[in-house]
Amino acid sequence: MSSSSNNVVTDKMRQAIADYLPRYPSKQAVTLPALHIIQDEMRCVPQRAIEEVADMLELHPSQVHDTLSFYGFFRHEQTPLGQHRLWVCRSLSCMLRGGEQLLVELSKKLGIKPGETTPDGKVTLEFAECLGKCEGAPCVLMDDECHGDQTVDSVIALLENTASTLGQRSWAGGHHG
Amino acid sequence: MADSDLALLARINKPDSQSLVGYLADGGYESFKKALSMSPNEVTDLVKNSGLRGRGGAGFPCGLKWTFLPKDHPGPIYMCVNADESEPGTFNNRILMEMDPHQLLGGIMLACRGTRATTAYIYLRYEYGRSFRTLEKAIAECYAQGLLGKNIQGTDFSLDIYVHRGAAAYICGEETGLIESLEGKRAWPRVKPPFPAIEGAFRKPTVVNNVETLCCVKHIFDRGISWFQSIGVPPDPNNPRDAGSYGPKLYQASGHVNRPGCWELPLGVTARELIEEQAGGVWKGRQAKAVIPGGLSTGFMTHAELDTPLDFNGPGKVGCLGLGTAAAVIIDDQTSMVDVLYNSCRFFAHESCGQCTPCREGTTWMTKILHRIRTGHGALRDLDLLKEVADSMGIMPGTTICGLADGAAWPVKNAMQKFRPEFEDYIQKKLTSQDPIRELVGTH
Repeated sequence: MSSSSNNVVTDKMRQAIADYLPRYPSKQAVTLPALHIIQDEMRCVPQRAIEEVADMLELHPSQVHDTLSFYGFFRHEQTPLGQHRLWVCRSLSCMLRGGEQLLVELSKKLGIKPGETTPDGKVTLEFAECLGKCEGAPCVLMDDECHGDQTVDSVIALLENTASTLGQRSWAGGHHG
Repeated sequence: MADSDLALLARINKPDSQSLVGYLADGGYESFKKALSMSPNEVTDLVKNSGLRGRGGAGFPCGLKWTFLPKDHPGPIYMCVNADESEPGTFNNRILMEMDPHQLLGGIMLACRGTRATTAYIYLRYEYGRSFRTLEKAIAECYAQGLLGKNIQGTDFSLDIYVHRGAAAYICGEETGLIESLEGKRAWPRVKPPFPAIEGAFRKPTVVNNVETLCCVKHIFDRGISWFQSIGVPPDPNNPRDAGSYGPKLYQASGHVNRPGCWELPLGVTARELIEEQAGGVWKGRQAKAVIPGGLSTGFMTHAELDTPLDFNGPGKVGCLGLGTAAAVIIDDQTSMVDVLYNSCRFFAHESCGQCTPCREGTTWMTKILHRIRTGHGALRDLDLLKEVADSMGIMPGTTICGLADGAAWPVKNAMQKFRPEFEDYIQKKLTSQDPIRELVGTH
């Protein structure tokens, strides 16, 4: 699989995406894995990448965009994610133990609203619906690791202690065995 | 239950609970190897005869679901494992996957033997990154040991298991929404029939089972039907439609209790037992005003209903939607039900997939009405309006494709029926509630 110099999806990403193909009887099923791979690397899914994924999966770009836009998870190139994405749960179990207040205070502390990224590009703040760690309410999700029993101070410490994990994410594709 | 009686959570506190070596040392995969010498029909019959009902929310008999697959189908048949656990208050699947991944894989293998499925997709919510990494490692161990792949243990049975990560959408827990998402499309639930057993993933016969259900399958093969039926509640002899509530269940408690957590208990414990004996009672010496029995969509029990047994029938007898995921959320007597209901409606408005108009518009309008009430601009007629909207959306009134709308409506219906005086008082006194999040994110 070759890529021309105009492509935004790199050879490495293309290989990771191609490794998913043997898992499914349809190429379209690789849409979500492909979008995850691209956003993990690029912190967004640019329009050009949508077109390239469509090309790889033999879809129309609108089909890829239709799936992408449904989830509210993937970022447009105008609003890329920071190095880390911090989700604060606002659903009932967390709300009953201060989750909403935690989100508001973190928003003040970081100087950004949910959905925005700090000017240094380090962290994007988000609100989340139930993260599935209700025994540790209020909880937050840092990238894809959940942390329970959080306070503003513990989340700030978490942010400061989390080394950048970019480039270390594993997307083990391929056919097993 | 005494530690020695535990099945589902028996291994989670062991230091090697995640490794294949530890699992094999505990006799893991022996029942799967035994099942390889059984026919698929024998495997299915065992699960069917155990009375195992699905743990994901609907409580549908598991073995019966498998029998809906077409006979003698040339294949492929797919197994989809519903690991999109997203119902507010629910977290038992996460514990099972993070702490004992081989237990789940063992259940999947048995289920695939019974259904003749040759590929299983674990549809895992994105937020469970730790589960993802744990499962990927466990699956790799199984391939290395010849427990997955082609001609497993020298038989004609082949099986691949893949983890497929979602992208933060509650609707992917609806089984046909899950299938659409797996196929790379927006997760719009399908009109049924055809049910997935006839036409599911990639237009092929498909079974969708919940994580906890499949873990139960593993133990039914290890310990037998009589063990399974020695736990829980037998069918009500006066109700020919009751399939019983057999087996262990993972109960969860969160919200205003001293010790939130997850416990393996016989089906049929009461909400009061769960709160007092497991969760350490209501916090700060307060009383429970309301308890959600099994995840947000199951609605509310009142303080007077706490002795309701949390089996598959109990919550329904007090007007709740059902047992759901057995995830209790406890709300203390200092909390406003107006605020709780607003939180509920906002969740479902955010998570409605938008396909059916009554759900898309109904969840949004219920949230708007509650916002109006919470800003001191409500009128008593708003309560009738809330009930009217709630009564008109869902599978039950026949206006939507999937049950999300029923789940969104149920807390509203229960609140209007059981807590109406509190809402009337709130409106008449023109009380208000702060909503700092709305100021930050608008109406999302």
